[in-house]
Amino acid sequence: MHELSIAMGIVKIAESETHKAGASKVECIELEIGKLAGIEFESLNFVWPLAVKNTVLEQAEKRIEVIQGQARCMDCDTLFELEKFYDSCPVCRSNLKAILKGKELRVKALEVV
Amino acid sequence: MCGTCGCGSEEGGVRILMPGVYQEGLTHSHEHHHHHGHSHDHDHSHDHGHSHDHGHSHGHSHDHGHGHSHDHDHSHSHDHTHSHDAGGITLAPNKKILEVEQDVLHHNQVMAARNRGYFEALNILTLNLVSSPGSGKTSLLERTLQDLKDTLDFYVIEGDQQTVNDANRISALDVPVIQINTGKGCHLESDMVFEAVKQLQMKANAILMIENVGNLVCPSMFDLGEKKRVVIISTTEGEDKPLKYPDMFHSSDICIINKIDLLPYVNFDVGKVKDYALQVNANLKFFEVSATTGEGMEAWYEWLKEQIVPKKA
Repeated sequence: MHELSIAMGIVKIAESETHKAGASKVECIELEIGKLAGIEFESLNFVWPLAVKNTVLEQAEKRIEVIQGQARCMDCDTLFELEKFYDSCPVCRSNLKAILKGKELRVKALEVV
Repeated sequence: MCGTCGCGSEEGGVRILMPGVYQEGLTHSHEHHHHHGHSHDHDHSHDHGHSHDHGHSHGHSHDHGHGHSHDHDHSHSHDHTHSHDAGGITLAPNKKILEVEQDVLHHNQVMAARNRGYFEALNILTLNLVSSPGSGKTSLLERTLQDLKDTLDFYVIEGDQQTVNDANRISALDVPVIQINTGKGCHLESDMVFEAVKQLQMKANAILMIENVGNLVCPSMFDLGEKKRVVIISTTEGEDKPLKYPDMFHSSDICIINKIDLLPYVNFDVGKVKDYALQVNANLKFFEVSATTGEGMEAWYEWLKEQIVPKKA
């Protein structure tokens, strides 16, 4: 259940940024999470209330922008979308690919008061 | 709650232990907040035959690691105060949007980079050994140390939720070892390794083996500063593990298939597991070994030796 560590990492960032901005709490937090980032969204939602308790995020609305995986085939140069790391090139079936998108795990923005 | 390991209680804390020192009476953990500037008694029971009565200072400094040095977060948050229209919601004048744009694993990555720089400066090859529990990580490590410790210098960091059992196994081989108990945590993080490494006081031109917590999911996200990640799978597991746990196989450089001495008795197709693993990560390099019989270990040893670039005399 590394989602708890991830949630705690998010809390740490939110606490620090909110404090720096002289604000007292977060009304909305925007996250960017790629489909290949290794995050189970259900697990994250499950641990979220526990992680944000008594922090600036306690009341915050959580918005997650899910980023679709994208790769370029190293053999035939096709740009394609992928759901899993083991998806191969739809044109030439090669497994050699460079992941371009989908591994994001970022706090994008905070709306603070 | 601890932000590093996500533990919720005192017993769940991260501890960094030396084998043979703290087997018993581990009463305290973590103490993120001790306000008392003095000793908490961990009954380290050394069995000296005679009883010197005390105030003797043991050389091992236990400062237990929780300083997870937060070095952070220089971040660039440009806060626009102008109340603007964000995604259709009109903000009240006292609201601010902070464009944080910060990686959640930023702290782990910074500490991993710090570890990596230290390892490189000392010419230490660091390997992060990952697998599910029971694949034979510790046995593989033991065998490797037994066979190579006379020709190469090794250090070991053991990661487990509880016990110093693994560290004791390594310590029995006279190889310097530190145990990290993650408590409720399911993986090692770079700041735990940072603290453990400080205690190891490594000499240059060596190999550091970090045996991660047995878990094929969580450790994949946490760079420890290793040069190569080594995933171990054994013939008693399912062939489709690389597909079931793609993150770990995707982030690894080496895949060791262990327990090949059992192949006649199990329904395990080595070719198939390799195909699956290559689907996830076409750059994986394989070794097929048995840590029990020693079969196939020679190729792994050769690879290890090649990785240690000798420093110019």
